[in-house]
Amino acid sequence: MSRLQVVSGKGGTGKTTVAAALALALATAGKRTLLVEVEGRQGIAQLFETEALPYEERKIAVAPGGGEVYALAIDPELALLDYLQMFYKLGGAGRALKKLGAIDFATTIAPGVRDVLLTGKACEAVRRKDRAGRFVYDYVVMDAPPTGRITRFLNVNDEVAGLARIGPIHNQAQAVMRVLKSRETAVHLVTLLEEMPVQETADGIAELRAAGLPVGRVMVNMVRPEVLDAEDLERVRTLPRASLARALSAAGLGGARRGGHAERLVDPLLDQAGQYAARYELEQEQRAVLGELDLPLHELPLLIEGMDLAGLYELATELRKQGIA
Amino acid sequence: MSTGRGRPEQDRDREAVRRLSPTRVLEIDPLLEDPDTRIVVCCGSGGVGKTTTAAALGLRAAERGRKVVVLTIDPARRLAQSMGIDSLDNVPRRVKGIDDSAGGELHAMMLDMKRTFDEIVEAHADPERARAILSNPFYQSLSAGFAGTQEYMAMEKLGQLRSRDEWDLIVVDTPPSRSALDFLDAPKRLGSFLDGKLIRVLLAPAKVGGRAGMKFLNVGMSMMTGVLGKVLGGQFLKDVQTFVAAMDSMFGGFRTRADATYKLLQAPGTAFLVVAAPERDALREAAYFVQRLAAEDMPLAGLVLNRVHGSGADRLSAERALAAAENLEDAGIVDQRDGKAGLRNSPGTHGGSGSPEATDAEATDAQDTDAQDAAGAEHAVDADRSADRLAAGLLRLHADRMQLLSREQRTRDRFTALHPEVAVTEVAALPGDVHDLAGLRDIGDRLATGRPELPDEQV
Repeated sequence: MSRLQVVSGKGGTGKTTVAAALALALATAGKRTLLVEVEGRQGIAQLFETEALPYEERKIAVAPGGGEVYALAIDPELALLDYLQMFYKLGGAGRALKKLGAIDFATTIAPGVRDVLLTGKACEAVRRKDRAGRFVYDYVVMDAPPTGRITRFLNVNDEVAGLARIGPIHNQAQAVMRVLKSRETAVHLVTLLEEMPVQETADGIAELRAAGLPVGRVMVNMVRPEVLDAEDLERVRTLPRASLARALSAAGLGGARRGGHAERLVDPLLDQAGQYAARYELEQEQRAVLGELDLPLHELPLLIEGMDLAGLYELATELRKQGIA
Repeated sequence: MSTGRGRPEQDRDREAVRRLSPTRVLEIDPLLEDPDTRIVVCCGSGGVGKTTTAAALGLRAAERGRKVVVLTIDPARRLAQSMGIDSLDNVPRRVKGIDDSAGGELHAMMLDMKRTFDEIVEAHADPERARAILSNPFYQSLSAGFAGTQEYMAMEKLGQLRSRDEWDLIVVDTPPSRSALDFLDAPKRLGSFLDGKLIRVLLAPAKVGGRAGMKFLNVGMSMMTGVLGKVLGGQFLKDVQTFVAAMDSMFGGFRTRADATYKLLQAPGTAFLVVAAPERDALREAAYFVQRLAAEDMPLAGLVLNRVHGSGADRLSAERALAAAENLEDAGIVDQRDGKAGLRNSPGTHGGSGSPEATDAEATDAQDTDAQDAAGAEHAVDADRSADRLAAGLLRLHADRMQLLSREQRTRDRFTALHPEVAVTEVAALPGDVHDLAGLRDIGDRLATGRPELPDEQV
């Protein structure tokens, strides 16, 4: 099992949620995981219902069986200053650089430097060992940029290595690239059973593969429960309205005759069934497309009451059940 | 697909809900029809349907007689194809197939950020210098879309389209940023970098023997370039310096244009629409955006809430629907044990719903049950059992829908409580994606009618 698990996905597919659930799942049974946020949105803090995360690793949750989840929100500016401090003992000069706009330049505008710092920090955590020589974290899970940018984000080290042909950023980029392209890393893509996210997932996988980055699993998020299957839907189509009205009436929902409470439910319920059927068909199509990707496929249920901490543990349990950890 | 609207008494119910709700309704048509509206910016977090909303607004405005151009950033392939803008040539194309009886036109384009950047360089530098810039490795990475370039170029393109003055109305989609606010910040960031202090520092080696007053700065500068050189590598810094030197003459222009675009966004002819879905994260992002726009004096027209669910049976709560479903399912177990439905206290059990007459007998009063012969009863029991099972399924479907509805409404209410001043239009959820003009037109209708069915307060 790869020790660096990168989670990407189209915007709105819930990649932060899946990343957090994965970190919890991997921490179960006494393991320690680090959940890393790179986009400064504080999505992890919101998910775990804690205050905003600082730029430091802190324990954020306990997993069943004594495991621990740590979280870190990487701030590229602070990461760069850290880094300069580590290598150059800059002291106050860091502030001068900041004032001059150099830090801003390096972390937001200089091509890829920001990304090297972000991935570099994650790779450092993957490799970090304690005094006894054991890995500090069993797994590092990264809540990564969305599918559209993931290949460039991870591959940026290559680009920077080409641009900055010597120097520490170059070396750093090379070292990071070695981890990212190895079996130590797996890039998972989160999708929904909808056309655009599925298309983007297929495109993303092709790009990742072309760049030599290891693709892990496809996680289908927010899968709606199958209340009616294809056969049921066919029967609904031929079901006489009167029978439906009578059944509803029998269930205690009022009169079945025209204008009765139960009878008035028939249209809206059939309408909703029609919408469900249209969606069901689209979902089956998208499932088939995903099936052709030839990757391990996992489905996570839609939590009808919305995401909360309990829901996160539920998803983590589901991931373990599906053999992901 | 429509969610069963139309029965008068339900409309009355809905009116009651509408009056209770403090939300202002965002009127889309007056906004689009107003000749003073020149720019509509759609912003919001990723995955909420920004591009589709922008395209639908553009189409609606065009079919109401305006000459519109839609600037999309990253449209879904099939949507782009249907609009004829799937080729990336960075110029607006006229969209065919719209209803132009009102005299409007629709043009659309997809942003090519590298091409846009190249064009700026080509327009502002002599050919030789332009070549030097375009082939510079630093420029190539910068223009290929690192942090901020896409946002900057989207705003740059907006400025260009506006200055051409060929269109009555420009509808802009914003880039799928890591945060919805990026496109406001990135141009400033890039602008301030390109003509900021750092650039002058980096430029210094190319301007040896500058003014005496620069001497003090030079100390910091050599330290700066020293450190940057060490960190990034000497070659990298040299590339940057060459790039900066070649672009020198253009820098003032960058700042000026960034400022002009920023002012354009604040101008009275501009309307921001914040797009969101009724989900916690999307609405949180939307709330930030509303605050930010206010802080920047940017004119907010309102919130477009996409993918809202409704129900034609919103008087039936999730709890009652579930209880009823369980009733039917329990009855089914009893039926199976006893081989007949007699235990169920139900009229219509013996109604013979499997027979053709019954199919046509919707109006039959549930009480008028006749005795049936044994075989017919057997058949009826089977059919009823099947009807019961399906009815239970439909009720469970409805319960799910109602739970979703009330969750959506809670999320929406939280937003409205925070920002009661923001006008809202809601767009009902569609079962699938939109990829043709008919679909966009449908979305446009929904945008303009403002408000799908909302659930009553649940008991």
